[in-house]
Amino acid sequence: MSDGLIRAAHDVLIVGGGGAGLRAAIAIAETNPQLDVAVISKVYPMRSHTVSAEGGAAGVIADDDSIDEHIYDTISGSDWLGDQDAIEAFVNEAPRELLQLEHWGCPWSRQPNGHVAVRAFGGMKKKRTWFAADKTGFHMLHSLFQTTLKYREVTRHDEWFVTKLLVDDGRVHGVVAVDLFSGKIQAITAKSVVLCTGGCGKVFPFTTNANINTGDGMSLAYRAGAPLKDMEFVQYHPTGLPFTGILITEATRAEGGWLLNKDGYRYLQDYDLGKPTPTPELRSMELGPRDRLSQAFVHEVEKGRTADSPWGPIVHLDLRHLGADLIDTKLPFVRELCLKYERIDPVHELIPVRPVVHYMMGGVHTDIDGATPLAGLYAAGETACVSINGANRLGSNSLPECLVFGARAGRAAAEFATTAGPVPAAIEAQAADEVRRLERDLLGKDSEGESTSAIRDEMQATMEDAAGIYRTGPAIAKGLDTLRELQERIGKVGIADTSRSFNTELLAALELANMLDIGECMLQSALQREESRGAHQRTDFPDRDDQRFLTHQLVHRNDDGTPRVESLPVTITRWPPGERVYGR
Amino acid sequence: MPSNPGSNPGSNSGSIRLQVTRYRPESDSEPRFQEYDVPLRKEWTVLDGLNHVKNEVDTTLSFRWSCRMGICGSCGMNVNGDPKLTCAAFLDDYAPGPIRVEPLANFPVVRDLVVDINDFMEKLPRVKPWIIRDDDALLDGDGEIDGEYLQTPEELDAYKQFSMCINCMLCYAACPVYGLDPEFMGPAAIALAERYDLDSRDHGARERLDVLIEHEGVWGCTFVGECTRVCPNHVDPAGAIQRYKVKAAKENVMAFLLPRGAR
Ligand SMILES: Cc1cc2nc3c(=O)[nH]c(=O)nc-3n(C[C@H](O)[C@H](O)[C@H](O)COP(=O)(O)OP(=O)(O)OC[C@H]3O[C@@H](n4cnc5c(N)ncnc54)[C@H](O)[C@@H]3O)c2cc1C
Ligand code: SF4
Ligand code: FES
Repeated sequence: MSDGLIRAAHDVLIVGGGGAGLRAAIAIAETNPQLDVAVISKVYPMRSHTVSAEGGAAGVIADDDSIDEHIYDTISGSDWLGDQDAIEAFVNEAPRELLQLEHWGCPWSRQPNGHVAVRAFGGMKKKRTWFAADKTGFHMLHSLFQTTLKYREVTRHDEWFVTKLLVDDGRVHGVVAVDLFSGKIQAITAKSVVLCTGGCGKVFPFTTNANINTGDGMSLAYRAGAPLKDMEFVQYHPTGLPFTGILITEATRAEGGWLLNKDGYRYLQDYDLGKPTPTPELRSMELGPRDRLSQAFVHEVEKGRTADSPWGPIVHLDLRHLGADLIDTKLPFVRELCLKYERIDPVHELIPVRPVVHYMMGGVHTDIDGATPLAGLYAAGETACVSINGANRLGSNSLPECLVFGARAGRAAAEFATTAGPVPAAIEAQAADEVRRLERDLLGKDSEGESTSAIRDEMQATMEDAAGIYRTGPAIAKGLDTLRELQERIGKVGIADTSRSFNTELLAALELANMLDIGECMLQSALQREESRGAHQRTDFPDRDDQRFLTHQLVHRNDDGTPRVESLPVTITRWPPGERVYGR
Repeated sequence: MPSNPGSNPGSNSGSIRLQVTRYRPESDSEPRFQEYDVPLRKEWTVLDGLNHVKNEVDTTLSFRWSCRMGICGSCGMNVNGDPKLTCAAFLDDYAPGPIRVEPLANFPVVRDLVVDINDFMEKLPRVKPWIIRDDDALLDGDGEIDGEYLQTPEELDAYKQFSMCINCMLCYAACPVYGLDPEFMGPAAIALAERYDLDSRDHGARERLDVLIEHEGVWGCTFVGECTRVCPNHVDPAGAIQRYKVKAAKENVMAFLLPRGAR
C-alpha cells in the first residue's frame, strides 16, 4: 500500500484513551503481548473526560454487602431494561477490577485499618462506592495512563481525530483519521477496532460533559452499519451548577447533603422517595435514583417552589450541617469548584443547583464481550450499550463499567485479531475517498457557508425542547423535522480556517455532523417508545408498558441516511419485572 | 460552559480587550498579536472569552480546552505573562484590561495558542510513574488478586499531594531552568517520581533514583520555586525536587565512600 495514505498497521486499534480505552489496552498487552496494539485519541489520554468523574466507582467489598444486592439495585435502577446476564457479569467482575486498579496505584480513600473505604450512592442499598476523595475519575485515569506507560508494546497516536471506520465485506479494517498537529489525513489499518469514545452530552446545551464529548464513536459505528441501542435514555443529573453545568457530585448527598426548595423544605418527601431523616438513609430521599430526583425538580418548578436565577429555576443543595472537616476531607473538590465558579463557600452557604444532562445510557449495541454485530468492531465504556444501565444508570456504576467491559472488549478484540486475515485492497480506495472528502468538501470550502456554531446552537436548543426530562410525541416529531433541516445545512457549512495545523474549526464541523446523527437517533427512538420508563418520560404515555416496551430499541441507518428502529428483547434471568420502590 | 456564552444572561459590565497570539506555521514567519473585545461578565473566564471569539467573531482562532473545570489540564496559557489555566482565570480579575493571552512559554508553538508538549510526554515514562514491585499479581495474567495492598490514611497522606498533578504544564512554562536547558526532566515529572517513591505500596525508588541522578534529572534546578507558585493544584513540585536532590546527594556520598559492588 502506498506510504502516504497508510500511516500504520496494527493488530488492534483502540479509539479513545479514557477509562475504557486504556483498560482495554492493558488487557491486550497483558494477555497477548505479541500483538501490536495502539490507542488513538483526539486528546492526550489523560485529558479524556473520565478525568472529571468525581464521586466514585461501585464494587461489592464490604462485609455486609452482597453481589445479589448490587445486581438488584442495578436492575431496579435500570427500570428493568438492563440485561440481567450483563449486569451479573458486571457486578461479579467490578470488585476485582477495582482491586486491580488499587494494585496499579490508584489512591483510593482508606479506612483507619488500611482497607479501602466505601461510601453510599444514589439508588444503592449498601455502601459500596469506592472513592478517591471527590476526584475519583482523575485518579483512576492517571493511574491507568501511567500504568500503560510501562507497556512499551502499546503504541499511541495522540491528538488524532478519527473520521471514519473502514469496512469491507461486513468487516472492519481500520480507520481514517486527521493528525491535528500536522493536518495530515491518513488511514490506520487494524484487524480489529475497539470504540471507547465516551459520551455525547454536547448534543444538549446544558451538560456536565466536557467539550470533547460529542459522541463520535456512536456516529462512526452507526455510519459503518452497526446499530445504536436505547438512544432515548439520557440521564439528567439533579445537581449541576446553574451557569457552567459543572457537576456537584452525588457524593455530597451520600455524605449527608440535603436538597431544599426555595422555602428551605426537603421537597423530595413529596415524591414517594421516603421521609426525611437527619442522616442519610440508603435508597431514600436524596439517595434516590437520578431520574426520579430530576423529575421531582420539574414538579417543584410547576408548583412555583423553586428559586429564580439568571439561568432559570434552581433549588439548593445544603451541605452546611456537614461541617468544614468532613467537606475538606471527603468533598474538597466540591468546595473548590463552588468557591471558584459560584464564589460561594458550601461550608457556610447554600449551593444553587439544577438538573443537567450528564450521561448517555444508550450507545453502540454490543454483546457481553463488547462485540458489535459488525465483525471486527468492538465498543466499551459510555459509548457502548451492553446494556447494564437500561433506562437509568446508577451513579458510580459507570466507571467500573469502563473497567469491566473495557477489559472484556480488549480481550475479545485481541482474540479476533489473532484469527483475522489480511487487509483487503478495497480498503485503500475507501481510505482515499475519505481523504478526498475531507480535503475537497471541507477544507477546500469557502468561508461563506453556514456557521458551525449557529447550527450547533440550534441543534442543542432543539434537543432540549424535544428530549428533556419530560417529553411528548408532537414535540419530539417537531424536533426531528428541525434536525433534518440542520442536516441539510451542515452540508453547506463553511470553514474559514485554511491552515492544516490544529484546525479546530474543521474538528468542530466534523463533531457537529456526528452529533446531528446522534440527535436524530435519540429522537427517533424517543418517538417510538410510547411509554414512560426510567429517564424516558412521555407525558402523553405516562405509564411503563411492559407489554409493548420491555424491549431494547436498536436504531439502524437506512441507505438514504434516515434512522430505522427495531426492537430486541431484554434478557431477564432471575429478576422478573417489578415495581421500583424507594424510601419505603 | 454553554457553547454560545454570548447568548447567556448574567451581569454584563461592558467589554474587555484580549490581545491574543496568532501564529499559523504555513503563512506566518513569526507570531503576532490580534485584538478582540469580548463582553466582560462576572462569571466569564478567559476561556469563555476565547470561546466567544471562536464562536462569534473569528472561527480561525485555535486553542485547546475540554473540561472547563480545572481538571483535564488542557487549557494552560500565559495570561499577562503568568501561566494559568484559562478556565480558572476570570476576566474581571484582569479588568479593565487589556489581557494578553499567549501560548505557554518554554514550549514550541504549533499554532496560535497551541504548544507542543511532546517533550514532556517523552520524559514522563522515563521516571517510571507506575507501581514497581516483584510480587505484583495481575488480573489478566495467571495470578488472582486476593485483596488490596493495605495502606493507612496516614500512608496515603504521605504522597497524596504529589498525586494531584494534572499535567497542565504551567510549571514548565514558569521554570527558568527548563527554559534554558530542555534536557532538564522538569517539575511535574520529578513530582510524579516522588509520588510513587512515597507510596507505601511501591518498591521502585531505587530505579527512579538511578534515572534522576543523571545530571539532567534533578541537578539543573536552582530552587527558584516558580513551579510551586504557579501550580493550580498545590502539588509543590519544588518540594519534590528538593527531596530528590537530598536523596541524590546522599547517594553520591555513598558512591564516593563505597566501591560500586558494595552499594
Ligand atoms: C462530571 C462527571 C462526573 C462523573 N462522575 C462519575 C462517578 O463519580 N462515577 C461514575 O461511575 N461515573 C461518573 N461519570 C461518568 C463516567 O465518568 C463516564 O461515563 C466515563 O468516564 C466514560 O469513560 P470512557 O472511557 O467511556 O470515555 P472518555 O473518558 O470520555 O474517553 C473518550 C476517549 O475517546 C476519545 N475520542 C472520542 N472521539 C474521538 C475521535 N473521533 N477520534 C479519536 N479519539 C476520540 C477521546 O479523546 C477520549 O480519549 C461522570 C461523568 C461526568 C461528566
Ligand atoms: S505540578 Fe502542578 S503546574 Fe506542574 S503540571 Fe502538575 S499540576 Fe500542572
Ligand atoms: S479546560 Fe480542562 S483544565 Fe481548563
